[in-house]
Amino acid sequence: MADTTTRIQLETAVARVPGEASAPRKPPVTATGFLGWLRANLFSSWINAAVTLVLLYLVVRWVIGFVEWGILNAVWSVPAGQTQACREVQGVGACWAVVTEKHRFILFGTYPYEEHWRPALVCALFIGLYVVSAMRRFWNWTLVPIWTVTLTVIGILMWGGVFGLPYVPQERWGGLPITLILATFGLAFAFPLAILVALGRRSQLPAIKAICVLYVELIRGVPLISLLFMASVMFPLFLPEGVNIDKLLRAQIAIILFAGAYLAEVVRGGLQALPKGQYEAAEALGLSYWQKTGLIILPQALRLVIPPLVNTFIGFFKDTSLVLIIGIFDLLTAGKTAIIEPAWQGFGVEVYIFVGFIYFLFCYAMSKYSQNLEAELNRHRRR
Amino acid sequence: MGETGQAQLASAARTDAQPAIILDRVNKWFGALHVLRDVSLQVAFGERVVVCGPSGSGKSTMIRCINRLETHQEGRIIVDGIELSEDVKALDAIRREVGMVFQSFNLFPHLTVLENCTLAPIWVRRMPKREAEALAMHYLERVRIPEQAKKYPGQLSGGQQQRVAIARALCMKPKIMLFDEPTSALDPEMIKEVLDTMVELAETGMTMMVVTHEMGFARQVADRVVFMDRGEIVELGTPDQVFNNPQTERLRLFLSQILRGH
Ligand SMILES: Nc1ncnc2c1ncn2[C@@H]1O[C@H](COP(=O)(O)OP(=O)(O)O)[C@@H](O)[C@H]1O
Ligand SMILES: [Mg+2]
Repeated sequence: MADTTTRIQLETAVARVPGEASAPRKPPVTATGFLGWLRANLFSSWINAAVTLVLLYLVVRWVIGFVEWGILNAVWSVPAGQTQACREVQGVGACWAVVTEKHRFILFGTYPYEEHWRPALVCALFIGLYVVSAMRRFWNWTLVPIWTVTLTVIGILMWGGVFGLPYVPQERWGGLPITLILATFGLAFAFPLAILVALGRRSQLPAIKAICVLYVELIRGVPLISLLFMASVMFPLFLPEGVNIDKLLRAQIAIILFAGAYLAEVVRGGLQALPKGQYEAAEALGLSYWQKTGLIILPQALRLVIPPLVNTFIGFFKDTSLVLIIGIFDLLTAGKTAIIEPAWQGFGVEVYIFVGFIYFLFCYAMSKYSQNLEAELNRHRRR
Repeated sequence: MGETGQAQLASAARTDAQPAIILDRVNKWFGALHVLRDVSLQVAFGERVVVCGPSGSGKSTMIRCINRLETHQEGRIIVDGIELSEDVKALDAIRREVGMVFQSFNLFPHLTVLENCTLAPIWVRRMPKREAEALAMHYLERVRIPEQAKKYPGQLSGGQQQRVAIARALCMKPKIMLFDEPTSALDPEMIKEVLDTMVELAETGMTMMVVTHEMGFARQVADRVVFMDRGEIVELGTPDQVFNNPQTERLRLFLSQILRGH
């Protein structure tokens, strides 16, 4: 009895024709395709099916509600300063008229109205700079002159005072250019700083190591807001009489120092993930410390940490909005200010959606780009 | 340089020319652990020395002290006439003359095979890129994988990776090659291709110091075999002396163990 069962099992277990591989078969139909996916993930049991249906209902309801409010019942424009039409639909329809009317103020703040082409061009230049820097074709020394020239042109455009451009003091800058300036300079300086600090934390030299640890722990230990306050209120107290450093510059330095500490920890994570053998192989070949670091260690370590790196980048892009605390007129502050005017009070949601959408565009682009970059740079790991 | 130290060495192999490597009563500790105890050894140019011994006996540590991946605390190490010290210039000079092959290959995964090989000649020897590539292809042909030059290390088998690692080290035109268990991480069917490469290298007259338990290889190429145990050089002699006529109980025990393992 037991004997026959074993024999049957043995016989069924061997391939049909000895020496000949069995032909590959297709997977069962239910496991593939959209229907298979639905069944496996959303309707695998009664409870799952019920939850799916309830959530589906809620999503559909919400989408319909949003389309009604945001599109069907919305007011897109009103005669200058007359918000009557908007007040009538308040609650059932969006008043995009506030964005139509105020978009230039939100985007460019109190920059002189007739000179708005200058900050607009600056924004375009920034975006162009990002696009060029994102292309791997330009990942060499050509980026240095490109950045230098672009940033100089941006400075000239914003300040003016030369080439027949009227001078615009920094206090009047505002809106999107401020956000882009803070984010771009912030990350462009914070990133190299972070790499040096991360390397320093692993240094053999105790003094360098101590300085780097102290820096990271001190800066990470306080909120960005308090750092910004310090930069705007306390810092000037220690300066000699008559010396005055631009408020924007102070906020910028605070952001660089803060982002630097966070990014340093991200980079350090990548350095630590590298096997010791990589360091040893580089050393055994006679590479110097900087050759080893620049050619072997960093290229690998940074690839490993692209996701958390971009996460931190995105976080700081949005955190630049905290400068509103010390009265710098960035995109979010400009949006907030746009609805202070009595006629437009009560239409904050529309403005915040608009501002949020701009932030989203930049952050989403960063996120998408990082995914591509990750896939491309880690191609060598695929077999 | 080192005349007196040299004279005191018990195991002088050849006295006609300057030795490639001199270890003179080298001591090293990891914390309180005494891993190298009065290790003295001379290797002549053109000589092939195989180092064997139980795991943890200090073989890797000894070989890594020779290109200063580890620092010794007492005694002297002189490589190609240059004494290892804190002096950075001396270290650079030695690393240029000494190639090393690791158990775990340690190829650079983000660079192609060719780039792995040209990196050090370009950056350390300041060789023009073209020339470095020609040199790299020459050595890749010698290790029989020129067709893999454009691939990344992750796309190669273990045996192929180790042969690339050998080519990479050879591209620096070293006078001395160190191997730390080059076949231990390989599947059995790939061990031979790597050993064959090493035998061919030995035939060119390269000075080699090889940590390995491959007795066949040792018999075929080694001029001398060093047996280490617990941080000491216990026996030293021709392969025949060491393998067929062990003098100590420790070596006998070790040989019986590796013979059983094979
Ligand atoms: N970096 C290190 N730190 C502390 N102990 C170590 C280190 N490397 C090796 N050791 C110890 O030193 C001894 C010798 O190691 P090793 O030279 O690797 O031996 P082998 O290569 O002969 O197996 C072992 O006991 C090992 O645990
Ligand atoms: Mg070892």
